[in-house]
Amino acid sequence: MSIAISQSKCTGCKMCTTVCPGSLLSINENKKAYIEYPKDCWGCASCVKECKFGAISLYLGADIGGRGSHLSTKCEEDIVTWLIENPNGENQTIVINRKESNKY
Amino acid sequence: MSKKITVKTYKTEILIIGGGTAGCYAALTIREKSNASVIIAEKANIKRSGCLAAGVNAINAYIVKGRTPRDYVEYATKDAAGIVRDDLLLTMSEGLNRVTKKLEDLGLVILKDENGEYVARGNRNIKINGENIKPILADAVDALENVTVLNRVAVTEYLVKDNQIYGALAIDTKENVLYEIHAKKVICATGGAAGLYRPNNPGFSRHKMWYPPFNTGAGYAMGILSGAEMTTFEMRFIALRCKDTIAPTGTIAQGVGAKQVNSIGEVYDDKYGNTTSERVYGTVRENLEGRGPCYLRTEGITQEQDRELLRAYLNMAPSQTLKWIESGKNPSEQNVEIEGTEPYIVGGHTASGYWVDTNRQTTIHGLYAAGDVAGGCPQKYVTGALVEGEIAANAVIEAIEKEKGKSENIDHIYSDTDFIRDKKKEIESILNRQDAIFTTEQLEEAMQKVMDTYAGGIGSHYQYNEKQLDLAEEKIEQIIKLSERLQAATMHELLFVYELRERLVVCQSVIAHLKARKETRWHSFAENLDYPNSSENWLRYVNSKRDDGELKIIYRDLVKRGETYEHSN
Repeated sequence: MSIAISQSKCTGCKMCTTVCPGSLLSINENKKAYIEYPKDCWGCASCVKECKFGAISLYLGADIGGRGSHLSTKCEEDIVTWLIENPNGENQTIVINRKESNKY
Repeated sequence: MSKKITVKTYKTEILIIGGGTAGCYAALTIREKSNASVIIAEKANIKRSGCLAAGVNAINAYIVKGRTPRDYVEYATKDAAGIVRDDLLLTMSEGLNRVTKKLEDLGLVILKDENGEYVARGNRNIKINGENIKPILADAVDALENVTVLNRVAVTEYLVKDNQIYGALAIDTKENVLYEIHAKKVICATGGAAGLYRPNNPGFSRHKMWYPPFNTGAGYAMGILSGAEMTTFEMRFIALRCKDTIAPTGTIAQGVGAKQVNSIGEVYDDKYGNTTSERVYGTVRENLEGRGPCYLRTEGITQEQDRELLRAYLNMAPSQTLKWIESGKNPSEQNVEIEGTEPYIVGGHTASGYWVDTNRQTTIHGLYAAGDVAGGCPQKYVTGALVEGEIAANAVIEAIEKEKGKSENIDHIYSDTDFIRDKKKEIESILNRQDAIFTTEQLEEAMQKVMDTYAGGIGSHYQYNEKQLDLAEEKIEQIIKLSERLQAATMHELLFVYELRERLVVCQSVIAHLKARKETRWHSFAENLDYPNSSENWLRYVNSKRDDGELKIIYRDLVKRGETYEHSN
């Protein structure tokens, strides 16, 4: 379980380094965020949701069934758009309104 | 150049250790009723720290219409086969709906029917959107006056003199700083302990676990080392989860009514009983007897149900949604494989933790415990942890009021300068050491292997006997010795060293407790092969207390319905 941070999209705003519940993210010498301890990621997606630039995505390790797809989000007020992109470049989105409760 | 540590001092009336569920709610309660100064020391950042980082699927502890707090107490008592504190469960259950209302007022979305009533999910749950539950709590805390949140500050030790707490020591996880925090009262809300046992996914995804991997048992370890009495560490918690992602199963089981089935399609839900431990045990047995893997039967659900499950998991465990998409099959097309997790020590689900009175005061004067770190009161979930934060906060305010005039001003609280100097030296020696034989990670893996093999981990199907526990004790002792020679290049690595040491202290208590309860009261949670049955004689608590470096076991009679336990010293 871990995350990938796009160095081209990252602006070094430090929102992700602030929010990580494991304090696993840091800023490198190029003033971009990176994950210092990839094996220690819990997979909570806090940083993914915090990133306003869509630079962070979550992926599953091969040991738990990952096949290379990445999950990222775009949050606008209460609307969270989850984007799943597979290695072939195919996309799928799921839109969730934070004001709507789970059905289950 | 050798690294140096700076010591900084803080003074506050109330110190809250851990800004998770219980800690945040304690701060909110204090500010509603008192002007007392508060510091929250939080290892990460309160916005997403603790158990609620990804979100939560439902409010799992709520008194739904037609039910009473007593019903909840009885449910939790039965699930724990009697080893609970009735007084703690009742005071917790009575507050569940009160704190839920408060959460809703703060902005939590709760599903309501056309009459404005919360929609129940089963007998004790209500449906919510819990994705942003932690930011909601954290925002409320950030808005409070005279509450200082110290983020990235990890408390490592209590300051105790003559069994009276007067503060705590903490390290900054980024800067070379040691904090000496003086306080009149301390509320410990650090959460429980993960990472004691080898996890489900020991490789790259080792932290893809149920409980937060960052909850390393600090609160337990500090209490144990300071001589606090602890209870029921032998009642480990093992969650039944979706395989690989270790995501919740309740949303599938209750949401779409999925039954537990083995590989030949037999429903085995009722074969082993329906308590939390029996559900895990059933899955273990089915696998051991050659009928694995086990699943939640989702094949044949509707496409609408597929869609709702994918959405629901994004709000609490997004990796499971990703898993479904990665596999190319929705839950309607393939059953969801399930497995038991590695054992955790967590007082919010089982009864392990501090031995407290009804005010949640521990046996150390002035130290209170709330949430997963507090014992005797299982099935707390989120709302129960909030209630305990509230109860502890109210008790602290009352005690400070009572002591006004006679208690010392916080500016004159006792300070042991020799002790602080030694602590500073200890930290500097870890930061400057160059000759460590092993890394922290290597010792962590060694500890997890010992616990897995000899103290009933996944690899031994959660079973153990006394001879194995003796070996576990011996080997953990050896690893503790090795942990005294670790080195750290940064403050974050120093935190890893302290976290490992905390876990090792908790492991010792777990082993001692497993050994002390000579019966099998809960399958899987404490499966003692020397004593495979339960016995009436063991309807009592196994407690422990460290005295002169030795862990002593104390047996106590059950606190039953109508009874209240108070500390006598």
